[in-house]
Amino acid sequence: MDDTEAKTNKAGGRQCSICNQRRAALKRPKTLQQICKECFYAVFEEEIHQVIVDNHLFKPGERIAIGASGGKDSTVLAYVLSELNRRHNYGLNLFLLSVDEGITGYRDDSLETVKRNEVQYGLPLKVVSYKDLYGWTMDEIVKMIGLKNNCTFCGVFRRQALDRGAALLKTDKLATGHNADDIAETILLNILRGDIARLSRCTSITTGEDGPIPRCKPFKYTYEKEIVIYPCSIYSPNAYRGFAREFIKDLERIRPRAILDIIKSGENFRISTSTKMPEQGTCERCGYISSQKWCKACVLLEGLNRGLPKLGIGRTRGLNNGQNKDMDQTNGMKNIHSKECGTLDF
Amino acid sequence: MQLTLEFGGGLELLCQSVKIHNVDVVLQAGETKLTMRVLLSWIRTNVIKERPEMFMKGDSVRPGVLVLVNDCDWELSGQLDTTLEEKDVVVFISTLHGG
Ligand SMILES: [Zn+2]
Ligand SMILES: [Zn+2]
Repeated sequence: MDDTEAKTNKAGGRQCSICNQRRAALKRPKTLQQICKECFYAVFEEEIHQVIVDNHLFKPGERIAIGASGGKDSTVLAYVLSELNRRHNYGLNLFLLSVDEGITGYRDDSLETVKRNEVQYGLPLKVVSYKDLYGWTMDEIVKMIGLKNNCTFCGVFRRQALDRGAALLKTDKLATGHNADDIAETILLNILRGDIARLSRCTSITTGEDGPIPRCKPFKYTYEKEIVIYPCSIYSPNAYRGFAREFIKDLERIRPRAILDIIKSGENFRISTSTKMPEQGTCERCGYISSQKWCKACVLLEGLNRGLPKLGIGRTRGLNNGQNKDMDQTNGMKNIHSKECGTLDF
Repeated sequence: MQLTLEFGGGLELLCQSVKIHNVDVVLQAGETKLTMRVLLSWIRTNVIKERPEMFMKGDSVRPGVLVLVNDCDWELSGQLDTTLEEKDVVVFISTLHGG
């Protein structure tokens, strides 16, 4: 082996196990296969195509919003979906949908990335602001309530923002960039919290089919490692994740299949009929899915608009209590507390 | 030994927000080759300015940090035992951040 060859590849002469021609450049965590870059791009994209086809994620002619945060997952998702849509004639109308919380300086970098994606992939971009959706920017909310409680608002408003934005865009579905690592992490957290309702929801590849905007996760079986290696994965850094995520990475190192195994076991959870599942209805005010008379966002907004910002936070008796005395014991406001700011929602 | 080190995915925040570092690693007396094991501890001492636990765990990188040596997954070249040569490019990307 001459010198230049040694420089480009330290794996020696190990060949790609797919094409047997080029040198291997990465080890797939899912299969432990050692493959070259070209074969990696091909299998990466085709596997996602298979997931889309096998799970009937899209129908021809549908308008699909891609939840675009400017992060690596949604950037790669936007690219891969637009590519597969062309290559396999899905016949989809794709849109990028971004949320601007209205926090000074916070979204500048990520909105720049999303605008770049709009140009690069030729996908129309819609940015919806909290001001449009709720009448309040996050900065205004913080001014009103102080920093202490803003995680409650942040979590509830963020959860609904993409759905409300997708409704504004009149899209049929919302596709999000949640990957296999995200889903394994959420399954673990829901098991640890004993949250059966969320556990069964978070393993489904499509959720909210009975609601106005179903959500789907084309990257459900795609490892984060591969998304990071994928070339258009240029992103601005975000907050570091918590212990469950780190635990998953530890498991992956010991046993790369672990991430898929967790997803499999999450899927196999059978919910006994004696477990009372919360009823899903819709908010009387805005029509968003809610098990209460008003959804959480509407309760919080009512408080803000009436100048009682603590309304709906924690155990403060809120508007729904007249109708529903044991709200705190059901999946009412209590759950908000178990969700940290910035955790993933399904 | 001249090497190019690249930090991404948030790891650059641990080294004064500089993504690319051109470094010159001097081998200690008695050492004949530079392995990734040696390089990592050198980086920890000389490049990482804060929260080294975000970069390393034990004598290796923290799980969730991807390592590419000359654009090739280090899992193929022996991870810590990978031997480095003059002008090699080593990339570290953290995947432990929001998407
Ligand atoms: Zn190949
Ligand atoms: Zn509502």
